[in-house]
Amino acid sequence: MTPVLSRRDLLGSGGGLLVMAAMPVAPVTSSPLAPPPPLPGSLRTTPLLDAWIHVRPDGGITAFTGKAELGQGLTTALIQVVAEELDVAPARVALITADTGRTPNEGFTAGSHSMQDSGTALLNAAAQARLLLVAQAAAELGVAEKSLTVANGVVHAPGGASRTYGALAAKLSLHTRATPSAGLKDPATYRVIGRSLPRIDIPAKLTGAPSYVQDIRLPGMLHARAVRQPSAGAILLHADTDAVSRLPGVVKVIRDGSYLAVVAAKEWQAIQAMRALAASATWRETTTLPEQSAIPGLIRTLPSRDIPVLTWTHPAAPPVKRLRARFTRPYEMHAAIGPSCAVALAEPNELIVWTHTQGVFPLRTALAQLLRMPKDQIRCIQVEGSGCYGHNGADDAAADAALIARALPGRPIRVQWMREQENTSEPFGSAMVGEVSAALDAAGRIVDWDYGVWSNTHNTRPVVGGLLLANAALPDPLPVPPPEPIPMPEGGGDRNSNPIYAFPNAHVVYHFVPEMPLRVSALRSLGAHLNIFALESFMDELAHAAGADPVAFRLRHLTDPRGRAAIAAAADRFGWATPSPRTPGHGRGFAFARYKNLGAYCAVALDLTVEHETGRIQLGRVVAAVDSGQAINPDGIRNQIEGAIVQSASWTLYEEVRFDRRRITSTDWSFYPILRFPAAPASVEVHVLDRPGQPFLGTGEAGQGPMAAAIANALFDATGARLRDLPLSAARVKAAIGV
Amino acid sequence: MTGLTVNGQHHEVDATPDTPLLYVLRDDLELNGAKFGCGLGQCGACTVLVDGAPVFSCLTPLALLAGRKVTTIEGLGTIAAPGPVQRAFIEEQAAQCGYCIAGMVMRAHALLARTPDPTEQEIRDGMNPNLCRCGTHMRILAAVRRAAAAMRSAAPVQAG
Amino acid sequence: MTQLAARRLRRLVLVVAVVLFGGGCTAGAIAWNPPIRPIAAPAPASFPAATVAQGATLAAIGDCAVCHTAAHGAPFAGGRPIPTPFGTIYATNITPDPTTGIGHWSLAAFRRALRHGIDRRGEHLYPALPYTHFTHATDADIAALYAFLMTRRPVHAVAPANRLPFPLDWRPLLAGWNLLYLHPGVWRPDPAQSAEWNRGAYLVQALGHCGACHTPRNGLGAEETGQALAGGKAEGWYAPPLQAGSPAPHKWTVAELTTYLRTGVDRAHGAAAGPMRQVTDELATVPAADLHAIAVYIATLMPPAPPTVPPRPAPVADSSATAIFAGACGACHAADAPMTRDGAPSLARSTAVNATTPRNVIAIILHGLPWRDGHAGPYMPGFADALTNAQVAAIAAYVRAHYTDRPPWPHLPAAVRAARHDQALHAASRSQAMRAASRDPAVRAASRDQIVRAASRDGDRT
Ligand code: FES
Ligand code: FES
Repeated sequence: MTPVLSRRDLLGSGGGLLVMAAMPVAPVTSSPLAPPPPLPGSLRTTPLLDAWIHVRPDGGITAFTGKAELGQGLTTALIQVVAEELDVAPARVALITADTGRTPNEGFTAGSHSMQDSGTALLNAAAQARLLLVAQAAAELGVAEKSLTVANGVVHAPGGASRTYGALAAKLSLHTRATPSAGLKDPATYRVIGRSLPRIDIPAKLTGAPSYVQDIRLPGMLHARAVRQPSAGAILLHADTDAVSRLPGVVKVIRDGSYLAVVAAKEWQAIQAMRALAASATWRETTTLPEQSAIPGLIRTLPSRDIPVLTWTHPAAPPVKRLRARFTRPYEMHAAIGPSCAVALAEPNELIVWTHTQGVFPLRTALAQLLRMPKDQIRCIQVEGSGCYGHNGADDAAADAALIARALPGRPIRVQWMREQENTSEPFGSAMVGEVSAALDAAGRIVDWDYGVWSNTHNTRPVVGGLLLANAALPDPLPVPPPEPIPMPEGGGDRNSNPIYAFPNAHVVYHFVPEMPLRVSALRSLGAHLNIFALESFMDELAHAAGADPVAFRLRHLTDPRGRAAIAAAADRFGWATPSPRTPGHGRGFAFARYKNLGAYCAVALDLTVEHETGRIQLGRVVAAVDSGQAINPDGIRNQIEGAIVQSASWTLYEEVRFDRRRITSTDWSFYPILRFPAAPASVEVHVLDRPGQPFLGTGEAGQGPMAAAIANALFDATGARLRDLPLSAARVKAAIGV
Repeated sequence: MTGLTVNGQHHEVDATPDTPLLYVLRDDLELNGAKFGCGLGQCGACTVLVDGAPVFSCLTPLALLAGRKVTTIEGLGTIAAPGPVQRAFIEEQAAQCGYCIAGMVMRAHALLARTPDPTEQEIRDGMNPNLCRCGTHMRILAAVRRAAAAMRSAAPVQAG
Repeated sequence: MTQLAARRLRRLVLVVAVVLFGGGCTAGAIAWNPPIRPIAAPAPASFPAATVAQGATLAAIGDCAVCHTAAHGAPFAGGRPIPTPFGTIYATNITPDPTTGIGHWSLAAFRRALRHGIDRRGEHLYPALPYTHFTHATDADIAALYAFLMTRRPVHAVAPANRLPFPLDWRPLLAGWNLLYLHPGVWRPDPAQSAEWNRGAYLVQALGHCGACHTPRNGLGAEETGQALAGGKAEGWYAPPLQAGSPAPHKWTVAELTTYLRTGVDRAHGAAAGPMRQVTDELATVPAADLHAIAVYIATLMPPAPPTVPPRPAPVADSSATAIFAGACGACHAADAPMTRDGAPSLARSTAVNATTPRNVIAIILHGLPWRDGHAGPYMPGFADALTNAQVAAIAAYVRAHYTDRPPWPHLPAAVRAARHDQALHAASRSQAMRAASRDPAVRAASRDQIVRAASRDGDRT
């Protein structure tokens, strides 16, 4: 049986629940120095080396990251980075993930930024720590630094003398500022980076070792459940708190304004008490939701703030043909397999919250405001949860745990949401509309491109307390800041609205829609999903209008050499140039994008079969090529792209949040169906184009858009029907292909 | 107190007979493998074996378990000595967040016990009750195929 | 010998006797049906689009795809096992494939099959094909259906051989059966009723063949005369009465019936389960006017008011069953469960729970409502693996006692045992058919990777 983790274990190990020897930890420093020197990655905001790297007396390394493990394999990849530059075995590196008490503040783990921010910082910090250690050894041994070699944490001199990192570190301070660039290895000599090191967390997860915030079990811990407002803004009129407080095991019933929760000794008791409390509650519901069928058209007509994205004007041949189209997607859900969960403990001088948030530091600020307590009395520790794919219920569950723990000081409180709470309370990915028109010249080149995208914000992440879900239920709610767009070049709703192709004339506008009929926030790839779906579907339409092969047509308009290489690799591995004989209902499609036009390149080729009688799409072979810059762990990249491909297939074929005029009705998997095994592609192959020495580009979100468009393009190839509204459900396909 | 046999060990647990096994495993026996995903029999995150058959532990109250044997992923092997299905999942690196994976392993284990030489369609149909949101499907399928092959080559040849 | 086997043997003896008698009669009279000349498969373009579209609607009302599509098979390509009390019959390929389907069939041959149960070569078809209903279809409708089927994609697929005991595998015997039970003749409207009612009655009685499941059958597998829609059996499920005997505790309105037929679920009655669910999936594509007509007709057959049940003393609470229900069923069916709060009807409304037979309650506990690819709608997990027979019986008894005033079902444990046994047989024939298909030597010879590729090439569906 698994031993109960002590609180000390949990506090000592921070992130991944990997229990390490408790260590004295160097103070964390985030120096507000101005002007910041041009340091790489997150060293810019946290420049002191000891914030990132700590050498243990045994010579092992403890590294710190402000980023969170979300199932994307971050821990393993960062350990590889540190092990490489410090010349120690990966097994001797322990990584502490996001913890306001211990790690650098790196904001949110989002936007495929972890490798660019934290990976780059750790690469440089580790390299510079190694320089200092070697310099110390040189001084002690009285030899030139150049003559020293390092093997697994031991510095060797030519004559056989050596010093361990542990011994050297004892006489050395890493409490020193990083320099812009020093000591980095030649990528050609990498031995750990670029290797598919097996993920360090997987064996534990496969044998039932505690791995998730859901698995935290503290002495004296109680189980809590919140009763959510049935619709946004619902006001609690009555709840039979007395009767519920007498139910077996119930320790406390909390009512604060319209905020309702129960605490019980055991989890099943808490669930039953929560059900009883919910059944006893009467609410005044005032929200009126739009007609679901009016979405996403409604987004197109709500008042918008128009944000110019780009205008290109260059001489070009006269247009001979113009095409127009509109693309839409509905609201989509993160829908984690494990509902959101958090554990909190209120101690006299500190509130500790274990959470699977993507941003421990912003969450701490928001909680401090919500609870009206000083920020420095709150510690947020990130512990892995179920994969989240963006801003889901994680922070709101943390707020639940914190609110409830405050009412029961000294008792650890574990809250996990129920399935229907996760599905109806999480912030969704916004519904979107993209309208595009483009003109071809006589030679089949695009001479003019016009694109407009309409969307809500893609960021209501809780940087302030007013954005936490519970706030609206509390009697004296904090103000809710108005939604704001994320500016380009990364963008939010306009992410990837800027074409990567070289068009002589182009005009792109983001119509930012502030009014949010449903609560929305960041969902994996944000606006890039719809924008790439639209752009890459339309490229396919234009290729057909120009009588060109879709792959050749893309290459005709693309100058970026790495983009061209990714396209060529996917086409080549797929065998695009040698199509198999056409059979009815069978088609193939291609799509490509560079995420944000700043991140990873991803090209997807696939084939599929459409069942004519039902319109059902069965995905066949999927081939992707991805260039994420220097590949730290190629299998980790493949794993993420495979996941993005399958998840995007689910979004593209099935998903849409359902609601009536008052409530979300996609309360569970039966009314929010997602892809199940029989519908998985026949095969998925991911080819990683390694770019040694190139900057890390991140991977997590690169596949979502290209996969969606590749499916739509293959559907067109198979049936001649061009579907522009997501999801490409069997009913829609059947309606389009007819009897 | 209710008696319960899990992974070959008998336990007396202080839980009412209506309590679903999932909560007893997690809260009373402190086993982490079975996960809460929906509590509705829709996702399979909580899958365990009862007398060798795959069940949703979230919908299996203690009252159903008298005299029956429960197996969880903790009973299949350890990090040092993983069982064949666990080993296949590790070798295929078949996890992203991994929250669904213990349920997947249990489902696969039951599938292979009943159908040692499954067709691709039988694997996909057999795994249908379990959901993965990270899109790890291709690796999970590969792991099930790998486990099937490994278990067949390890098992003594059966007559007939 | 098991009860079931004994029942089968008795039935078989009866069948043999009657069939020999019928066969004798037939021998002199009508035993020989000439083959109908094969034709070259007509070009799809030779059928007017409007006729094909009309045929699509009629095919959906006739549920052709339900029986003629195997699990993971191509629509209409046959191969699905149809369990009957006499053995397993495999649905045939009705795509226009010339060698394995109906590509060589003329309209006349197709019409004869639907009207008389005789295939193109002159062989008798088993009445698993409901030609006793189709025989009433109009010429125009049969022609439209033909146009629809002949414009499908031809699929090369041979159905497995039927598994019937001797002498039932000797088709000429069916001539005798037809003599007794086939009553050809185009359906005649009732002038006293509205046009809509008549449309509904025609669809129900002819192509819709509702009686094939909802009418009880005699020992020879024929629908009982005078018992139309009085409740029957289908693939181990109970098809409840659609007339005065309906056990529904809440009267079906036309609007509710229409919604149910179109969506497979009605908030006042519950969700379609078992084979009915595939029927409602098909009906989802049918024009609203036709569904409304069917509902109008069925509504007039239903009792004017729900049956009144004399109140019965409160059942003795069985604490074990209460606990089982709370832990296994309560997450969805308890009064405070989210699904119930969101409008799913209480079990008290369920026809299955109120029916005279526990068959559907047992079937749904065992098998649930399966997932349908990407389709949003009611789902229920099956509990066949989790529950012992005694536990299934205990839940069924609890639900009956707790949610209705009706008397307890007798012989529940035996009913559960029988349902389990049926299930095992069906599952075996289904998986044999599937494995036979997927273990085709050409496919099996290939390595696993090639299987994956072959599956993608063949659409993973054949
Ligand atoms: S948690 Fe049991 S099936 Fe989802
Ligand atoms: S690996 Fe995350 S849900 Fe399956």
